[in-house]
Amino acid sequence: MTAAAPATTNVRASWLLGFWHSAIGKKAVMAVTGIFLFVWIFLHMAGNLKVYIGPEHYNAYAGFLITMGAPLLPAKGALYAVRALLLIAVWLHIQAATQLTLMNRRARPVGYANRDYVSAGYAARTMRWGGVIIVLFVIYHLLHLTFGTVHPDFIEHDVYHNFVTGFQVWWVSAFYIVANLALGMHLYHGLWSMFNSLGLSHDRFNSWKRGFATVFALVVTLANISFPIAVLIGVLR
Amino acid sequence: MDLTLQVWRQASRTAEGKFVTYEAKDISPDASFLEMLDVVNERLTERGEQPIHFEHDCREGICGSCGMMINGIAHGPAGGTATCQLHMRHFKHGDEIRVEPWRARAFPIIKDLMVDRSPLDMIIQAGGFISVNTGSAVEANTLLIPKAVQDRSMDAAACIQCGACVAQCPNGAAQLFTSAKVAHLGLLPQGQPERYERVVRMVEIMEEHFGSCTMYGECEAVCPKEISIDFIARMNRDYIAAKFKNRKSEANG
Ligand code: HEM
Ligand code: SF4
Ligand code: FES
Repeated sequence: MTAAAPATTNVRASWLLGFWHSAIGKKAVMAVTGIFLFVWIFLHMAGNLKVYIGPEHYNAYAGFLITMGAPLLPAKGALYAVRALLLIAVWLHIQAATQLTLMNRRARPVGYANRDYVSAGYAARTMRWGGVIIVLFVIYHLLHLTFGTVHPDFIEHDVYHNFVTGFQVWWVSAFYIVANLALGMHLYHGLWSMFNSLGLSHDRFNSWKRGFATVFALVVTLANISFPIAVLIGVLR
Repeated sequence: MDLTLQVWRQASRTAEGKFVTYEAKDISPDASFLEMLDVVNERLTERGEQPIHFEHDCREGICGSCGMMINGIAHGPAGGTATCQLHMRHFKHGDEIRVEPWRARAFPIIKDLMVDRSPLDMIIQAGGFISVNTGSAVEANTLLIPKAVQDRSMDAAACIQCGACVAQCPNGAAQLFTSAKVAHLGLLPQGQPERYERVVRMVEIMEEHFGSCTMYGECEAVCPKEISIDFIARMNRDYIAAKFKNRKSEANG
């Protein structure tokens, strides 16, 4: 057998593109964008917890998001910057997921007559469709509570009012709950899987990965579904 | 014990295949799965029918040739076992057992349960070696290797290239196999000079033929050598490092 030619030690201007073209590179991009989305969703959840302190606090917090970064940035400056980053992250995440899914379909053109799963759990097997539910939900959610397009009684800047009247419609609440359970499952697998995608493995912390993913998926999901439930049972009104 | 087998029969790579039902009567629970198939085949031959083709060689769990899907699980239900080491006592009298070949685009069926696993060889050819001038063997104690590192490398080296990881993976990915081969050399001092080049070359060939990893963990669960998916993380780490290193490699920068 001949020795490997040292081709890969050349400086390559297109290293980033080459990285993206490999499946492992795409998976790393999914992990990095996934972490960004997770951090964002965690802060989003934490911020929304203010709804339990009272309408003034909640509306003040919404006001803060608009003036965030002032006086350095104009009104909504930081908000739009974060939104732009989110859009890029979501785009890359979905693009990679789609391309890898197609690659995996090609790798097994003929399936088994009956196959058994030995270790893959429900969360792991629903990453793709779960992701689709999440995106549809995010679109609805933006039209509902951000832009008010599909909200029956939307008052600009009275975020608390929009929140409560929005969730008083039972099927809207039901959709929020289902979608956030899907998000919880996505995080349950994703927050565990991302360590491996990024090559983070060490005997010192490997036993913590499962617990880490479980705790954060649970916290985000429980807090998020508590909002529609609190409105439905009359705790928030 | 008496069993009913549903076996995939396919005359050639391009022929249409189908499941055929066979009664396997009077099977000893001490027989291995392959020995059970031998008995069935003997009776088929006596009746003048084509025996079921399957690959086998060592029959002691070290050559990696005997894989098949048994009731939808690669190498059958026992876990940590190659098909040749799976004994019929894991089944009950009256069981129905479905036997299928590995299914992956990279593993075309040669005949019945026998598939062509050569893309795994191509991955090895791409980097599963170290380049040295072979002379007489080096004195063993000139290169000291910590015990923990040796053990870890040996865990990876236990891979027998059976392809069960690919067969079981819903993505048809060969990550467990490739990562075991990458780690086995990459952990040892002899493997260091080509460590990053090796992982890039092996991964390139792997991705040409196989799917990509989504951490289902199915591979680890069926691997006859119980290779850990932690090796996949290690391969990802080396691959990512290799891509970043090459940007300004020591030689160029
Ligand atoms: C249409 C939308 C989405 C789709 C189709 C999607 C799909 C996927 C898929 C297929 C994976 C890979 C699973 C695996 O290989 O283990 C994944 C991983 C992940 N997703 Fe999503 N996802 C979506 C939205 C989101 C959102 C909104 C978040 C965050 C709140 C998120 C967070 C994550 C994380 C943290 C990972 C782990 C990355 C990794 O495995 O390396 N995803 N996603
Ligand atoms: S990693 Fe395990 S399942 Fe995969 S080829 Fe090697 S021995 Fe077989
Ligand atoms: S025949 Fe060699 S491993 Fe089974």
